[in-house]
Amino acid sequence: MNRPRILISMVPALLLASSLSLTKERTGILHEERSLYTRILVHKVNDLLCMKFTLVRSDSNQSCKDLRAPRRLVFAYAKMTMTALLFNQQPQNILIVGLGGGTLPEAFFGLLDNVQIDTVEIDQAVIKVAKEYFLFKESERNRVFAQDARVFVKRAILQSKEYDLVILDAFNGDYIPEHLMTKEFLMEVQRLLSQKGLLIANTFGTSKLYDYESNTYQDVFGDFINYKRPETGNRLIIVPQAKLLSEERDPIDTAKLLQTARQLEGKMAELEVPIIRYARELPRKMASKPDWDQNTEIITDQFSPVNLLRRQLRD
Amino acid sequence: MSLELIGGRILAPYFGSGIYVWGSIITIFMVSLSLGYLSGGRLSVKDPTFAKFGAIFIIGGALLAPITLLANPVMDFIFLRVEDPRYGSLVASTFLFAIPTIILGMISPYSVRLLVEKVEQSGSVAGTLYFFSTLGSALGTLLTSFYFVLWFEVNSIILVLTSSLICLGVFSLYLNASSRSKFLGDNE
Repeated sequence: MNRPRILISMVPALLLASSLSLTKERTGILHEERSLYTRILVHKVNDLLCMKFTLVRSDSNQSCKDLRAPRRLVFAYAKMTMTALLFNQQPQNILIVGLGGGTLPEAFFGLLDNVQIDTVEIDQAVIKVAKEYFLFKESERNRVFAQDARVFVKRAILQSKEYDLVILDAFNGDYIPEHLMTKEFLMEVQRLLSQKGLLIANTFGTSKLYDYESNTYQDVFGDFINYKRPETGNRLIIVPQAKLLSEERDPIDTAKLLQTARQLEGKMAELEVPIIRYARELPRKMASKPDWDQNTEIITDQFSPVNLLRRQLRD
Repeated sequence: MSLELIGGRILAPYFGSGIYVWGSIITIFMVSLSLGYLSGGRLSVKDPTFAKFGAIFIIGGALLAPITLLANPVMDFIFLRVEDPRYGSLVASTFLFAIPTIILGMISPYSVRLLVEKVEQSGSVAGTLYFFSTLGSALGTLLTSFYFVLWFEVNSIILVLTSSLICLGVFSLYLNASSRSKFLGDNE
């Protein structure tokens, strides 16, 4: 697991080195800004434009865009998130927590007709940078709310809003903000889902937090698809029909997933999402046994050792 | 300070963790402490005793405990009525933290009164008191933010604060009962 990561992290360095010697003006920092919440950096390596939130960690890219193929999804986790459409090809309402460069809202907005996408982003400066550099286009049907997600979700419950798809992808420079990881928050998100609504959460699989986080999701949602792929340290938690108890949910129909994948294949080509391969993998991931320590406590608003755990690597 | 830090945790589920939440909490703590200093000073003028001093600790501590039960219903109430999370967090901080903080703010000036025997000493006594009180705040901040919030539930930390304050109060009552003059200068 370590070696490919090192190699991958060397790629930008090599690109940087080569581009420096050849076309100097094509590489570099385009924008730097200290916002209320983080330090935002927009940098470009050849045609790859990326947003970073801090300089401490070199691999902390929040979002990247290939300027030669702007529709292409650069990150593996973003591609994997597109599997949401295997379970519901036409979600009417989507809630995305965390904007970044606007990759996910743009991808879904481009794929779906008549969809309403609401994205919540706490940092006004991130919204500005997404629009200015990452060509994110806000519209009536692709809205952004500059709010804390916890507050947005609580308000949305009061307004009886419902979403067919909720994507949790809020990161600061370090990890997911604590109050967006707790059992209480997940239960609030569950209330926002429509009857067949699907939840996808983007998490990391490397620290001890993985065990706690997995148990917290299991406590709220029961069984979920624990989706990891070798090329990325991200782990997606996918919960189809997340509002229902695990035993009330429809079993995953492999044939139907594949059929949907074939219908989506054309649209997904532009995004470079190997949707058929994903459709084959998902049923296996659903059936696989929990690979985490199931004896940890769960994270709540009252108890949250998140800071401590994310620094500790898993055994 | 310990309570102030936990305040951030308590408010986050309703008002988020934006910078305005910290702004609200710090504002309310500052205003409450200033009111506490004022009333503590006034109270110390007339017949200061260790018994009254102890009572401040006990009342302050006891007023913290209800936060564990009332925080969510109070914040529910405010959340439904105040749309803007900035003012929501300000109102919530006021309801949850103002009264106990005012009471606890009375401790410092009252201590000065109990410890000062001669006017010439007052500056030195106040200085020493500020030294220990601010250093204690620093320690409380560090322990709470680095360790307590990672190991314990928020409510447990509040109850520990409550019991520590009540213990200190009872100790002060005990001082009052036994010979008073002997222990002067030995407090805080």
